[in-house]
Amino acid sequence: MGRCEGAMALVTGGASGIGAAAARLLAAQSARVMIADRNAEGAARVAREIGEAAASVALDVADAASWEAAVAATLEAFGGWNVLVNSAGILRHGSVESETLDDWRQVMEINVKGTWRGCKLAVAHMKETGGSIVNISSIAGIEAGGDLCAYSVSKGAVRQLTKSVALYCAERGWQVRCNSVHPGIIETPMLDTYFAEQPDPQAERAAWDQVMPLGIRGEPEDIGHMIVYLASAESRLVTGAEMVVDGGAMAR
Amino acid sequence: MSGRLKNKVALVTGGASGFGRASAIRLAEEGALVCVTDVNEDEGRETAAMLGGRGFFQRLDVTSDGDWTETMRAVLGRYAKLDVLVNSAGIAAARDNIEECDDAIWDAVMDVNLTGTYLGCRHAIAPMRRAGGGSIVNLASVLALKGEGGALAYCASKGGVRLLTKAVAVHCGRQKNGIRCNAICPGYMLTAMLYDFLDTLNDREGEHARLASMHALGRLGDADDVAQMVLFLASDESRFVTGTEMVVDGGFTAG
Ligand SMILES: NC(=O)c1ccc[n+]([C@@H]2O[C@H](COP(=O)([O-])OP(=O)(O)OC[C@H]3O[C@@H](n4cnc5c(N)ncnc54)[C@H](O)[C@@H]3O)[C@@H](O)[C@H]2O)c1
Ligand SMILES: NC(=O)c1ccc[n+]([C@@H]2O[C@H](COP(=O)([O-])OP(=O)(O)OC[C@H]3O[C@@H](n4cnc5c(N)ncnc54)[C@H](O)[C@@H]3O)[C@@H](O)[C@H]2O)c1
Repeated sequence: MGRCEGAMALVTGGASGIGAAAARLLAAQSARVMIADRNAEGAARVAREIGEAAASVALDVADAASWEAAVAATLEAFGGWNVLVNSAGILRHGSVESETLDDWRQVMEINVKGTWRGCKLAVAHMKETGGSIVNISSIAGIEAGGDLCAYSVSKGAVRQLTKSVALYCAERGWQVRCNSVHPGIIETPMLDTYFAEQPDPQAERAAWDQVMPLGIRGEPEDIGHMIVYLASAESRLVTGAEMVVDGGAMAR
Repeated sequence: MSGRLKNKVALVTGGASGFGRASAIRLAEEGALVCVTDVNEDEGRETAAMLGGRGFFQRLDVTSDGDWTETMRAVLGRYAKLDVLVNSAGIAAARDNIEECDDAIWDAVMDVNLTGTYLGCRHAIAPMRRAGGGSIVNLASVLALKGEGGALAYCASKGGVRLLTKAVAVHCGRQKNGIRCNAICPGYMLTAMLYDFLDTLNDREGEHARLASMHALGRLGDADDVAQMVLFLASDESRFVTGTEMVVDGGFTAG
């Protein structure tokens, strides 16, 4: 019996990176997993790799109707829904001076409003049955970056959104927990794209490596293991918490 | 047993009771060999006897440098290495507020909670480095993050543990020695420490209810809740986690 026996999970951003790793590890612990992503093909590929325990659905987290459909697909496939992992997100390089309003809006729309929409639907559903919501914030949600203005702001918002949802549910006696995970620098396509866009990718890479004292690079599975813990009953007392998984970056 | 700690050797302080006992049991269940330590010998031995042959008891007063040397010798003699240290020995005190706290209270709390944890970290580094890495888990508290008037030395000691943890993590990171160091911040939990405190009060039930209401979930957790996080931090699942404080507190610090 796996650690997530009975879990019926919807994982946004499940086609890639952290979301895909979380989906695989949840399934390995006996959860059933709906892989949701705006990259529908990628989502279907991850679901196929996992096999019977998984299915996939197209989801644009910025779109309300798309959310409704993804939740319906989850309920249809599994007969219930008790875990939500909000991993869909985008990164835009930009400072308060350089970034455009369009970039700002897009980051907020996906990272913040997309996560908020997911929480809203999850709470509405899970207040009856109980459940666990895991929001992927970032260490940028704790310490901002000067060249990551909108992104840092969006991740800070996710951090507080998480606590507000946690308190709201707990105060009503609903068994819905809500926690945030704050990854350091994790080897995913998001990171590859980010470095590729830099004037000197190698120098930028070296600078980022210096941020983490531990001296190893983070892999999506490192975040996935924390997501498994938060999705499972092992963390039944944990709500409104921010879990940092960052190779020591925030320690100094 | 799913073997999340297969082939690991762990040392647990404060293993006679509460989080220490629950952690020793959980780590052994997942495959670790565990050296259970405490100043309370009877109940420490009792914990060791609960491990299905996967551990032994060693008397260790965490404030004694000599005891630590002896204990490390015993662990290495028996199991040849050390991968995990859980610093759970700790005390709380009555009259621990800024007006009533005297030298004796201050020193006692600081010695066990902060100096004891420091000594544990110091003694664990060398054997862990030889083992190619390791994981140190320190029990801080939500009172490392928020103040409580009746827990002056306690808050100071736990705040100290929180940053001691980060300093050790950064030091080990720089050395690339593979050793991680993290803290856990539990909320108020139903262990002997809390029962002892409640027993000093006239309105036991009232205080229990008041404490429970400070946690968003409206109830107090128990030692198993902490042991699950100890297990995560002790295992390789958390190989990218160092210098953090993991809150297990029913929402105590969320608001
Ligand atoms: N990689 C890191 O270093 C890092 C660090 C901290 C936080 N994070 C956060 O972790 C989460 C996952 O990031 P990742 O590194 O796995 O990135 P990724 O780019 O590998 O994966 C993100 C996934 O989200 C999907 N997505 C993007 N916008 C979407 C939308 N509107 N609707 C549905 N799906 C959408 C993408 O298609 C992609 O599959 C993000 O929230 C990110 O901000 C990542
Ligand atoms: N119970 C709570 O509400 C709570 C909350 C947050 C943090 N903590 C911390 O967690 C840790 C464990 O607490 P617990 O609730 O399990 O308490 P507990 O009283 O049940 O167990 C503590 C153990 O430490 C031992 N000990 C005390 N002084 C020692 C010394 N000098 N050397 C060796 N062992 C010694 C005791 O004999 C006892 O067995 C402590 O550090 C405590 O401060 C407890």
